[in-house]
Amino acid sequence: MNDPVVLAIVALIGVPAAQLGYAVVIEGILERIAARWERILRPWLWLAPALCLLSVFLIYPALHTVYLSMLDARSAAFVGVNNYLFVLTNHEMLLAVRNNLLWLVFFTGITVSAGLLLAVLVDRVRYESLAKSVIFLPMAISSVAAGVIWKFVYEFRPAGASQIGLLNAFLTAALPGFRPVGWLVNLLTDNFALIAVGVWIWVGFCLVVLSAALKGIPAELLEAARVDGATEWQGFWRIILPTLSSTILVVTTTLVILALKAFDIVYVMTNGNFNTEVIANRMYKEMFNIHHFGRASAIAVLLFVATVPVMIANIRRFRAQEALR
Amino acid sequence: MWRARARRVPLHAVVVGLCLLWLVPAVGLLVSSFRPPRLAAISGWWSALAPPYQFTLENYRAVLSAYNMERSFLNSLIITIPATVIPIMVAAYAAYAFAWMRFRGREPLFTLVVGSLVIPLQMTLIPVLRLFTAFKLVGTFPAVWLAHAGYGLPFAIYLLRNFMGALPRDVLESASIDGARPLAVFFGLVLPLSIPAMASLAIFQFLWVWNDLLVALIYVGGTPAVAPMTVTISNLVNSLGQNWQLLSAAAFISMALPMVVFFALQQFFVRGILAGAIKG
Repeated sequence: MNDPVVLAIVALIGVPAAQLGYAVVIEGILERIAARWERILRPWLWLAPALCLLSVFLIYPALHTVYLSMLDARSAAFVGVNNYLFVLTNHEMLLAVRNNLLWLVFFTGITVSAGLLLAVLVDRVRYESLAKSVIFLPMAISSVAAGVIWKFVYEFRPAGASQIGLLNAFLTAALPGFRPVGWLVNLLTDNFALIAVGVWIWVGFCLVVLSAALKGIPAELLEAARVDGATEWQGFWRIILPTLSSTILVVTTTLVILALKAFDIVYVMTNGNFNTEVIANRMYKEMFNIHHFGRASAIAVLLFVATVPVMIANIRRFRAQEALR
Repeated sequence: MWRARARRVPLHAVVVGLCLLWLVPAVGLLVSSFRPPRLAAISGWWSALAPPYQFTLENYRAVLSAYNMERSFLNSLIITIPATVIPIMVAAYAAYAFAWMRFRGREPLFTLVVGSLVIPLQMTLIPVLRLFTAFKLVGTFPAVWLAHAGYGLPFAIYLLRNFMGALPRDVLESASIDGARPLAVFFGLVLPLSIPAMASLAIFQFLWVWNDLLVALIYVGGTPAVAPMTVTISNLVNSLGQNWQLLSAAAFISMALPMVVFFALQQFFVRGILAGAIKG
């Protein structure tokens, strides 16, 4: 299965050819059957590949996970809600829930406010597009690479030794008497050190989306407010914020989902040690370290339940948009 | 005049300051990746910016040859290209049906697609892993291609359907009246007109797959012959620990291609984000 030559042929020629061939073949069949059947079948044949992939990789597994969550470690015997009871009372898991709440509040809150603030600020400088590109850049790299970058910033050496981590070096130089901190092992700072990495990656996303919405506010509106004697501050709270509220809601829901699913950064930087555990990493450990598939499934289901409100909000928003079309 | 300028100083200070805050950590890593090991271990990277300049390419040679990074780079490419091509074409067919064909159950079905945008991947990992085990696909490239294709589809269908649905109705209808078959309408009109949306989607999916850790970790795990760079680097973080010059070189090798894609095609990327900011 992993022979590079075979793979290259399959990947670069076979896959596209099969996909083009599919459309040609189904239309060929449709032309040869009765018009009544043709009309009924056509949409389903065009949808078939997508529906197959969606069923196999999303719908069926999601339902099956609910079932597995009520079975034991090896999915052999029915245990009812035992896995949920364990997961909801286990110390490590409760810690993970607490940390995900920290992510939810601080990651989402800081990222959205910083994105909004920057959107308003860069709107007023001539190097706007350059500044946006810089802030947006971390979106292009992996959380793994971002984790390496920030682990290096947080690097700690004992007091007195030469600090090679930027943060400790800067603080010891700037504040006389400052004692270097092990940012990723200190229980007071480590969760926030991880959340800061998430903020660094995602502010660019908020900035770009909010900035585009901001451009949609007519300049005359803000100008009229200024003429009427409104300060910039009032303009922000009374005009910009209310107009952007629906866009703010969209980026917030995106970030809420990310906060709930936080995994890569934690896995790479601390692997959940020193009280930084998160739900998704907990599930990974139940799966691969402890091999308890019942508990791992129960954790996944809880994660899903937490995203349901966002899902409903998305569907409502979609329906409202459709009604306007 | 100068007073108006002076009032803008805090504004510039904040914007420039934040830009620096965003750039400096990455620059630090880049500088470290060119420093000799004995210096990287005892002094901060900023001291390399003053003479005597001592830089080396040794770290890149070391990670590429000795730590499986060369193979991993290839693996990342072999994973990413089909995992980008497959879902886009599949989604284009489905989006065409959703946007331009009438059938019973169209609305509920599309609502299901919108809902599945936010299903956490975690919900699917165990059953899919078992499926792959049953078909002896664990640790192979096709497993990762198919998984990424499935996971990328809801967003791809959503984005393309919205784009195709906004194409001018009269153009498409007059083509049908002139006797063009759906196949010809799709390949002759809909697909060419949808190229901007497909380009956004391609960049999205490319970056998403290239930067993915979780999917590769679960379905490829420890198979070095298949592991992409994200998996290899996250292992190196544990095994190399304090060897920052090697870790930073490895991280930069993994960042190079997405950064090029990003700078070359930023417009499409941004347009894709604006068109549907709810990837699950």
